[in-house]
Amino acid sequence: MASLLKPDSESAASEIVREHFRKCKPLRIAGGGTRPVGNSVDAAQTLSTGGLSGITLYEPGALTLVAEAGTLLETIGDALAAEGQHLPFEPADYRALLGTRGNSTIGGVVAAGVSGPRRIQAGSTRDSLIGVRFVSGEGEIIKNGGRVMKNVTGYDLVKLMCGSHGTLGILTEVSFKLLPRPQATGTVMVTGLDDRAAVTALLKALGSPFDVTGAAHLQKGEDGKPLTLIRCEGLPESVGYRSGRLKDMLAPLLPASAELAIESDPARNAGIWKQVRDVEPFAARKGGVWRLSVKPSDGPDVVSEIAGKLGCEALYDWGGGLVWLLADAADGEAAAVIRGAVDACGGHATLFRHNTPGNGSVETFHPEQPRIAAISQNLRRQFDPAGILNPGLMSRVSEQA
Amino acid sequence: MSLVEMPKADGAILSRKPEIVAALQSAIGKDGVIHDPEETLAYECDALTAYRCPPLAVCLPRSTHEVSAILRICSEMGLPVIPRGAGTSLAGGALPTADSIVIGVARMNQVLEADYDNRFVRVQAGITNLSVSGNVAEGGFFYAPDPSSQLACAISGNIAMNSGGAHCLKYGVTTNNLLGVTMVMMDGEVVEIGGAHLDPSGLDLLGIICGSEGQFGMVTEAVLKILPKPEGARPILLGFDANEVAGACVADIIKSGVLPVAMEFMDNPAIIACENFAHAGYPTDVEALLIVEVEGSEAEIAEQLEKIKAIAARHNPQVMRESNSAVQSDLIWKGRKAAFGAMGQIADYMCMDGTIPTSRLPEVLRRMQEMSADYGLGVANVFHAGDGNLHPLILFDANKPGDLEKCEAFGADILKLCVEVGGCLTGEHGVGIEKRDLMVHQYNEADLEIQMRVKDVFDPKWLLNPAKVFPMQASHSRRHGNRREAA
Repeated sequence: MASLLKPDSESAASEIVREHFRKCKPLRIAGGGTRPVGNSVDAAQTLSTGGLSGITLYEPGALTLVAEAGTLLETIGDALAAEGQHLPFEPADYRALLGTRGNSTIGGVVAAGVSGPRRIQAGSTRDSLIGVRFVSGEGEIIKNGGRVMKNVTGYDLVKLMCGSHGTLGILTEVSFKLLPRPQATGTVMVTGLDDRAAVTALLKALGSPFDVTGAAHLQKGEDGKPLTLIRCEGLPESVGYRSGRLKDMLAPLLPASAELAIESDPARNAGIWKQVRDVEPFAARKGGVWRLSVKPSDGPDVVSEIAGKLGCEALYDWGGGLVWLLADAADGEAAAVIRGAVDACGGHATLFRHNTPGNGSVETFHPEQPRIAAISQNLRRQFDPAGILNPGLMSRVSEQA
Repeated sequence: MSLVEMPKADGAILSRKPEIVAALQSAIGKDGVIHDPEETLAYECDALTAYRCPPLAVCLPRSTHEVSAILRICSEMGLPVIPRGAGTSLAGGALPTADSIVIGVARMNQVLEADYDNRFVRVQAGITNLSVSGNVAEGGFFYAPDPSSQLACAISGNIAMNSGGAHCLKYGVTTNNLLGVTMVMMDGEVVEIGGAHLDPSGLDLLGIICGSEGQFGMVTEAVLKILPKPEGARPILLGFDANEVAGACVADIIKSGVLPVAMEFMDNPAIIACENFAHAGYPTDVEALLIVEVEGSEAEIAEQLEKIKAIAARHNPQVMRESNSAVQSDLIWKGRKAAFGAMGQIADYMCMDGTIPTSRLPEVLRRMQEMSADYGLGVANVFHAGDGNLHPLILFDANKPGDLEKCEAFGADILKLCVEVGGCLTGEHGVGIEKRDLMVHQYNEADLEIQMRVKDVFDPKWLLNPAKVFPMQASHSRRHGNRREAA
């Protein structure tokens, strides 16, 4: 079992990395350990950010939060809820899907760039992230961005760090732009649509002025029938108005067999959207889980192309642009089928969960164009010259180059 | 007069001008290359007009392919390249040096694809910001970032500077509305980054390209997110007898759960200047004026304005005027939109662009007035209150010896104050040459070194817009051949 290093300050983290840099000894970087997505990392030691914990600054009137990277997502959620605010990008909880335990940290959310259904309207993790502090692969403490939401001073490394999975640096502090928590939610629910009809309806809704904050389609809802979901959030009267208008707008466009209803119960709405956010329908089931990012209207075609060659079930989010695929296989052959279908129209496919141990040969992240891969590899080398931070996690190929 | 130093032109390059011009002409045709010293004068500056220097030559390519051909030549010959959008930078982002080649994208201004189903538009990067919205209006859509130069400024420049606008609180800035770019690397290779899908497969390269001030590559095409137009919008005008009170009202509105699409703040000097110029009916006896605008259906607008009025009432406003018609809305906005013209009538001015945490607003405004008295130069403030982005306008007389220098020193003090209270040097204009040497006040050596290493990756010879963003001394060795290995 690898040993665990748990620095209790940024400077202690820096000291550890300096030592490892000198000895060229790799480190596995971990937050709460709830999202082990990525190629396996060969490191004798794990550095956990769990010791860097606490909300540094919270100004509700300025919509600003600064927290140490190891602060639990739950702690932050509670603090914001007390002021009627939230992290707009709706970070997902993949513990059930990935079969992990523990507690998600805010640094882990940033490192993995975990955005939920509201991403289509409020932006992703990186869009809410306005500042970072991190320790580079040489042990340097570096800051970028800050605590204000409009900032173009120098390069935007904040965006680069978000979703870099600990391969560029160890996040020690993160700052966010917040938004008011919506007071009401309404979901237009349609049953019985096939994928194409469902995505067409989602895109129609997203193209309307009714400010849709969730647009998802499950091939199999709870009762086994297809379920299409369109969400509005905001002030109560406004939500009632917009969800009503959406229902009226969609009704004449749908086949007669489709059933339409509006769900306005807060608890049931929370449950419905948690299920989409956390990909719950695939949690307790066997198979590989793939995460596809495509042009929304391409979603159904890509799924149909794959389904012709590989047994699979799809859950669409982001109006069709994010496709969660539960597939019979996660081996090289499946990867070729899935990535081939995605490549044909543009986008990428991430192997989010292996179906069986021993599929380690498949790259987790979609292979990039040679020049893009070279730029990414070189950026890693600049931030982490000795290649000691989560080496190979995002790309094994680049490690060999 | 200039306080901002630029690198000396390389004599060896200047002496090769005929050969360089011939190579460029053979690549993109004679009509694509401007080299007559009388004509290159048109490209000697951008909107930071205090600094001027005509380039060696100007290229006006028509396609990504032509940009690639030009960059290949510049790379092989070791020529500095200055990318130029519409030349509206207030930070000197497009200021040339005498040995540089300006590459302007003005001839690349076409919409290539408008996809209303997937809500994006693919454009050539020379298109103006406003015409992007104009081109998708027929489908009921618009492009959200709206810098005040939107009539003239190019999308390529918006991407370079990560431009903002008045509606950022709700819609974000350029980086939040950019889905992909086609970029030509300094060696001429064309790369596609991002696209119609929503997130990156690996590292978020699009995220660092946006705001890189033309130092990583030439962006020739962009995929932009477009949004459905709201059903309607209506502003309310609020006047307060103290900046503190107006600031507290802004915070309370934000905390209430209402998200206005814009919250503009004007201080008393700005109110008076705008009112005298535009006759918008602003009260001139208040210390601070807020314009708060909300969007939605008529019922939603009413619901939000009711909440805002209730909050404002708790702060004892001297004036509370809700718009009830398009005419009244225009009148409320008329004065604010005329702010720059109004200032221009009074004096020469320099527009600053720092951001502060909104909670520090009253203190910053007070200290700015103290500095104004010390320097003997007037200052007026119009700014985006929701996001803390200040635009102090410092008034000076360009014909009075020493005034510009005094104005620049005052401006630098304001920006240092922004950093001191937890904000930053620039919210939406960019660093360029204007704030280059102030970077050390916000970032330490390690912070700057890692940023320069990112440039090393994209442009190992430091030929793209080389003397911008970083303090001259910090970038000196890189600009003079101490180059690193790169992708």
